Amino acid sequence: MNWQPIKPSARILLWICGLSLFLVIILPIWRIELDAPQYPEGLRLYIHSNRLAGDVDIINGLNHYIGMKTLHAEDFIEFTVLPYVIGFFGVAFLITGFIARKSLVYILWVLFVLFGIIAMADFWRWEYNYGHDLDPAAAIKVPGMAYQPPLIGFKQLLNFGAYSIPDTGGIIFIICGLMLTYCAFTAWKSSPDKTLQS
Amino acid sequence: MKGLNTIGKAAALALAFGILYGCKPKTTATTVSANAAEKTYVAPGQYDEFYNFVSGGFSGQLSVYGLPSGRLLRVIPVFSLDPEKGWGFSEETKPMLNTSHGSVPWDDLHHVQLSKTDGEYDGKWVFANANNTPRLARIDLTTFRTAEILELPNSGGNHSSPFITENTEYVVAGTRFSVPLDTDNGDIPINTYKKNFRGTLSFVSVNKESGNMDIAFQIETPGVNFDLSRAGKGKSHGWFFFSTYNTEQANTLLEVNASKNDKDFILAVNWKKAEEYLKAGKGKKLNVRYLHNKYSDETHSSVSETKNEVIVLDSKELEGLCYFIPCPKSPHGVDVDPTGEYIVGSGKLAALIPVFSFGKMQKAIADKAFEGEFAGIPVIKYEAALHGEVEKPGLGPLHTEFDDKGNAITSFFVSSELVKWNVKDLNIIDRVPTYYSVGHLMIPGGDTKSPDAKYVVAYNKITKDRYLPTGPELSQSAQLYDISGDKMQLILDFPTIGEPHYAQAIRAEKIKDKSLKIFRLEDNKHPYFSKGEGETKVVREGNKVHVYMTAIRSHLTPDNIEGIKMGDEVYFHVTNLEQDWDIPHGFAVKGADNGELLIMPGETQTLKWVPDRVGIFPIYCTDFCSALHQEMSGYVRVSPKGSSVPISFSTGTNQPAD
Repeated sequence: MNWQPIKPSARILLWICGLSLFLVIILPIWRIELDAPQYPEGLRLYIHSNRLAGDVDIINGLNHYIGMKTLHAEDFIEFTVLPYVIGFFGVAFLITGFIARKSLVYILWVLFVLFGIIAMADFWRWEYNYGHDLDPAAAIKVPGMAYQPPLIGFKQLLNFGAYSIPDTGGIIFIICGLMLTYCAFTAWKSSPDKTLQS
Repeated sequence: MKGLNTIGKAAALALAFGILYGCKPKTTATTVSANAAEKTYVAPGQYDEFYNFVSGGFSGQLSVYGLPSGRLLRVIPVFSLDPEKGWGFSEETKPMLNTSHGSVPWDDLHHVQLSKTDGEYDGKWVFANANNTPRLARIDLTTFRTAEILELPNSGGNHSSPFITENTEYVVAGTRFSVPLDTDNGDIPINTYKKNFRGTLSFVSVNKESGNMDIAFQIETPGVNFDLSRAGKGKSHGWFFFSTYNTEQANTLLEVNASKNDKDFILAVNWKKAEEYLKAGKGKKLNVRYLHNKYSDETHSSVSETKNEVIVLDSKELEGLCYFIPCPKSPHGVDVDPTGEYIVGSGKLAALIPVFSFGKMQKAIADKAFEGEFAGIPVIKYEAALHGEVEKPGLGPLHTEFDDKGNAITSFFVSSELVKWNVKDLNIIDRVPTYYSVGHLMIPGGDTKSPDAKYVVAYNKITKDRYLPTGPELSQSAQLYDISGDKMQLILDFPTIGEPHYAQAIRAEKIKDKSLKIFRLEDNKHPYFSKGEGETKVVREGNKVHVYMTAIRSHLTPDNIEGIKMGDEVYFHVTNLEQDWDIPHGFAVKGADNGELLIMPGETQTLKWVPDRVGIFPIYCTDFCSALHQEMSGYVRVSPKGSSVPISFSTGTNQPAD
């Protein structure tokens, strides 16, 4: 293990990130914006770590025409687990900043990136099911049409244009990832043998 | 030679005619300014600069136009039934039209007033008057709905109303038609007018927060006709001015008999003094009967309250309360300039416009410069209160509004024109024709301390050839003029509903962001509210059947109802479960001798239906709400009296039997 200390600036970054991650628990992480001819003002679905917010009822009401399932936070195990996972990372960032050893930074980086990938994969799976698992008795059936929202970016779904992007919480999360990558990278660069092991 | 001579004569004749026709004044087409389209064009999707609240006159309703486009944005039902919106047809709105005479389905809405704070429009409410069965209404500008209607006792014809003081302390109402007081014996000969008929001026207080109205006091006056009124402002705050006609006190053929006097009066009322007298207990309590109707956005229902008392102050006994100022020939409008110093009286039949000075009037009162009294009220000497006269302004002056440059614009009915003149030097600056015979005119903020004088609108009484003909009955016409430059320029012509009398306009920013989008279901306190489809039910109470129904895209719950019997009164209490902007649902029943319901998101409204025959009655949503709107329907089964069919109700479960 590389028990070399990291730079004081990296410690401060880790602390800031650690504290910021607690904000991610309450802030919306992702949002899906929906626009349609008769919704010039747009509808918004906010995904928090523990709940859904925004125009959930209106979206549920509209989606029943095409047989999509209604969205209920209690149907998703993710909303129970996510706050703890994010809380864990917040604490992990703070501890890493406190102990300030390079190896810990590397481990944290691996865990954090892994979590990011798993989270996005899970999000995609959720969107896929939501968009494909349609009620056969739906009033409007368009052959071959699925309503999976985009993971990130824009997609036209019948009369609705769906635009999926990270919200403040998600942006903080991404920035934390970048900061951590920076810390890991500078730690690695300043190691004499440029290896993760020592 | 002879032929040539003839040709010459013909040419001379043609020339003469040419000159003659050339002398004919320019036609209307040429009076439209060249860049009119540019000035009035509001591009699709763009908003107008002003909300223009226009009285609907004999329609009894209030219309809302956008300026400068002249687009009709909405008609708000106030004093008349409106089956389209269920106004006066739903159980919730029926009490709003109650009066001491019972339910009155129609009235004549004449004037509108936007509520004011510090002499400027605050965008909270619009007040309107009913001329026929004397009432005042308050319209809420978050919902654009009538929130309150107050009946006025001791009154016949509420015309000089609903003018308000600069902080909306009071809304006034003066009797156009004097009548015996409600407490007096009314079974008397009509020709005892002088002796028995009385005018009253009602001062109705307005609660600053809720807007609720209450008759603070009435001032009893001699029997004359009160026409219009305006509150003093700035230095004249504390005073109110009412124009009068028929000071001849005629009771028949007023056209002739009320036009005899050279001068009628403007009545100046010191309402601060009235407050003192009221405090000192100088008013007498009269036992009268009038109704006060209020609508609640929480219960989505209205309540009529009967009131039995009003305090009356006597104009001839209480010194310093009222003064008459002579004003030529049956004055109609009495308008106060933005500074509060000048009071313009528009004698309908006068060849000049007198402008009175508040300062001089005060001095005349202090100096007791009176020429006598009329029915016990001192009459100030005309010259003593006069600032000056506008000479030869036009024919038939009616109303005056003010710009922000010290000018006044007066409407002339007979000569069909607007005339701009300077308030201080009384010189005429400009005149422009109207099409035809203008009544009221309106400058945005024209009665405030700081007019927003970009436009003036003429609301005309005669339409004739302005639009494509539509048979004998035509809509009325309004014209918009740009008054930002030296010359008034006609830029738009638009038709209006009913007969517009007064109107006011306010900058859109003062209202648009406060406009409500939905009613929150959490706040719904209607006694028959269904919080969700799970709470819907049908409850029989004797011969009354209450249907707790919900509407959401695209079904009614319940939509199959059985067990209704002949002799039942069915109440459909429909809650719109939507919480989405602009998704109303409608509700109608075949054969109902009633209107429809239009239920806004989060609202509950009730339609009463008494089935007239046994059978199956369709019900449906009347407002195209969604792609499956046509499917939003159901059936009600009506069985004979004494039938054993039990009450049942469902949605989606009563599957086809064979």
